[in-house]
Amino acid sequence: MQITRRSALLGLTAAWTLGRSSLAFAAAPTDRRLVVVILRGALDGMAAVVPYGDPNLAAWRQPLIPRAPGMPGGMYDLGGFYGLHPALSGLHEMYAAGEMLPVHAVAGSYRSRSHFDAQDFLESGADQRLTSGWLNRVVSALPASGAAAGEALAVGVSVPLLLRGPAEVGSWAPEGYQAPPAELYARIADLNHADPLTGPLIAEGLSERGFAHGVFGMGAPHGNSLAMLAGAAGRMLAADNGPRIVALEAGGWDTHAAQSQRLTPPLRALDEGLVALKQGLGPQWRKTAVLVMTEFGRTARMNGSFGTDHGTATVAFVLGGAVAGGRVAGTWPGLGATKLFENRDLAPTTDLRAVARGVLVQHLGLSGAGLDSVFPGAGGIAPLGGLIRPA
Amino acid sequence: MDTSATQAVIRFGLGQRGAEPLPANPQAWLSAQLTGPDPAQFAPTLPTVADGLILLHEQNKLHLPPGSSLVQPVLQEDMAAQAAELLTTAAPFRERLVWFWANHFTVSIRQSGTGAVVGPYVREAIRPNVTGPFFAMLLAVMRHPAMILYLENDASVGPNSPVGLRDHLGLNENLARECLELHTLSPAAGYSQQDVTEFAKILTGWTIDLKAAQPGFRFLEEAHEPGEKTLLGQTFPPGEVGGLMALDFLASHPATHRHLARQIAAHFVADDPAPDAVAAVEGALRDTRGNLGAAAGALITLPASWTPLTKFRTPMDYAVAALRLLDLPEDQRPPLPHVMAGLGQPLWNAPLPNGWSDQASDWAAPDAMMRRIDWSYGIAGHLGAQDPMVLADAALGPLLRPATTDQMRHAGSRRDALTLLFSSPEFQRR
Repeated sequence: MQITRRSALLGLTAAWTLGRSSLAFAAAPTDRRLVVVILRGALDGMAAVVPYGDPNLAAWRQPLIPRAPGMPGGMYDLGGFYGLHPALSGLHEMYAAGEMLPVHAVAGSYRSRSHFDAQDFLESGADQRLTSGWLNRVVSALPASGAAAGEALAVGVSVPLLLRGPAEVGSWAPEGYQAPPAELYARIADLNHADPLTGPLIAEGLSERGFAHGVFGMGAPHGNSLAMLAGAAGRMLAADNGPRIVALEAGGWDTHAAQSQRLTPPLRALDEGLVALKQGLGPQWRKTAVLVMTEFGRTARMNGSFGTDHGTATVAFVLGGAVAGGRVAGTWPGLGATKLFENRDLAPTTDLRAVARGVLVQHLGLSGAGLDSVFPGAGGIAPLGGLIRPA
Repeated sequence: MDTSATQAVIRFGLGQRGAEPLPANPQAWLSAQLTGPDPAQFAPTLPTVADGLILLHEQNKLHLPPGSSLVQPVLQEDMAAQAAELLTTAAPFRERLVWFWANHFTVSIRQSGTGAVVGPYVREAIRPNVTGPFFAMLLAVMRHPAMILYLENDASVGPNSPVGLRDHLGLNENLARECLELHTLSPAAGYSQQDVTEFAKILTGWTIDLKAAQPGFRFLEEAHEPGEKTLLGQTFPPGEVGGLMALDFLASHPATHRHLARQIAAHFVADDPAPDAVAAVEGALRDTRGNLGAAAGALITLPASWTPLTKFRTPMDYAVAALRLLDLPEDQRPPLPHVMAGLGQPLWNAPLPNGWSDQASDWAAPDAMMRRIDWSYGIAGHLGAQDPMVLADAALGPLLRPATTDQMRHAGSRRDALTLLFSSPEFQRR
């Protein structure tokens, strides 16, 4: 374990439970802060930002729709057509303050619905698997300036592909064991339940840890590691000589069953994490843009186990003090049977790379060859406009 | 379904390393490791037993404050070197035999003073002898300062020897008893307390010279009990030669061969091995007068050895298999001794002289299983861009269950998929 001076100052040296979150940092010659959050497992965009105004929604997935806006425990209304999931209260406050911008019906170029491949392409920013990530190339593409670039630092068990590459990032791995999230425990119990040796041991072990049988989806009995990491990331980003680019990842989004119950804990963790990031940044929040993205969306139809399977388009979030939010961007394709992609998924209308390119152009001032180097082969994809407030 | 290549790697080896190709001819691959040299290469800076004893002697003289130690850094280095061999060796069957015999002849650092010499012990007394005569290994072990310190034979003095008469000292039966019970005959041979006492007398004077320029084993005539001794009806002359003769007698005793055969079969084949499997290994030992290479050779020809997944991995087996499969660059590998400690089997730290159990019932506990799962989730975070399905196929090939591949395919991330592999019932076994 390597402990840097900064991580020690931030009190990150204690053993802890990281859950399935991690973060990584890079320095960059800019005063702007950029945070990219990867949601691994494919977030159901229509569960996070619910198109409750679409007349076809209920036909596909009535049991998955939260209560209507205005009802007790209901969605937060985002202007009469979309509703924000009730667990996302912090994001709703940012939305109300004009700092949060969902972009709906986004997807990358990848269409085959494999998590591993899709995450690779999402992070490499290309149509083939690369050994570097697009966020690392952002660091290289930024024009050199006199701005102080702090020491780079990665926190977590590994640096995600998104931030791997020629631009240097440091690393710091926490000591101690990291507990898998509840949903993965459930799969492991499932995988072993028929085994005469390991099955009973794992069932008992989980029981001793406070997991009641059959309710794994109700949340793990350990704290929100994402909030802890995001808060730390915010404090590091806020420092004058700190890093400027952060990659965060959070898992738990692969909701094939009991989606309504299983999605609430990770959504709440994400919400708390983003609030903690904002608090950590303090006044520097106004110089910050955060892009939250996931590898693909999920089926429009609910499946037989009250979940959804791998789909295509989903939602992305752009938020931060620098963001021109308070509305939902993107073009809604509609959920009529003939509008669905391959008769099953929300159809993509905005390329995720257009969203990312929009942030890079408007927030970090990238353009030309620098911008093209970040997403090879995406030169024809126009950056999405209007994401960042004019300075 | 031919499972023999996978079986060779996980049953007799230490688990597949990365996505290396499986052995094309499993039997030949195993046999070659028994006849070839030990490819292990250790840094010349690692201590010999003489270096360790000098260090120990220095430390004893210094009266260091609690928490500081001359020995500890050397022990750490030794542990790291021996652990790295587990993760990278190209002769994993041979390496597994090293660890099997080191466990059979346990020296634990729970006994003070052994930390300085346990690494040299494995390199000097065990490693060179795993395919040779059992007598050679037994002799090397019984004369090695690590074993003498661990079982306190340096404190055993013939009551009628010059030192015994002068200082009113007497026998310490520890080494003699464990040698009969654990290392050679086993209680099945029906020896008596009188035999233990006589054997202890035979071994008096087998001690350590700490003050020599090259400290090490020394036969101290003045501490040796005079006169002939009788062990299991056999008479042995006084002096060091009596001990050599007694060890030769014990090493080639039928009860010893039966005991070793049962231990070998229980370690490699099944917790409760079939009698014919034990008999085959025993026969090889008998026919070769205790050749351990022949015993290992008999083991790999047993049909029962090729029945898949009969053994539950110990924490060490489990951690080694997972880390070999991941095959991380050296600077990214977690320290294996640290991992083993976390999973409940700290390196060279067995509680008792009978060493670590290899029986499922001794390791199958709810908390221990959860620790494996949690650790595997942590280590799976190091996967990077490798394809977990490729690793699963490399690790278990035809032994991979469809339920596991199905769960892995539906995992939300590579890391989750690899955690599922490491937590599957089949990966917990070998």
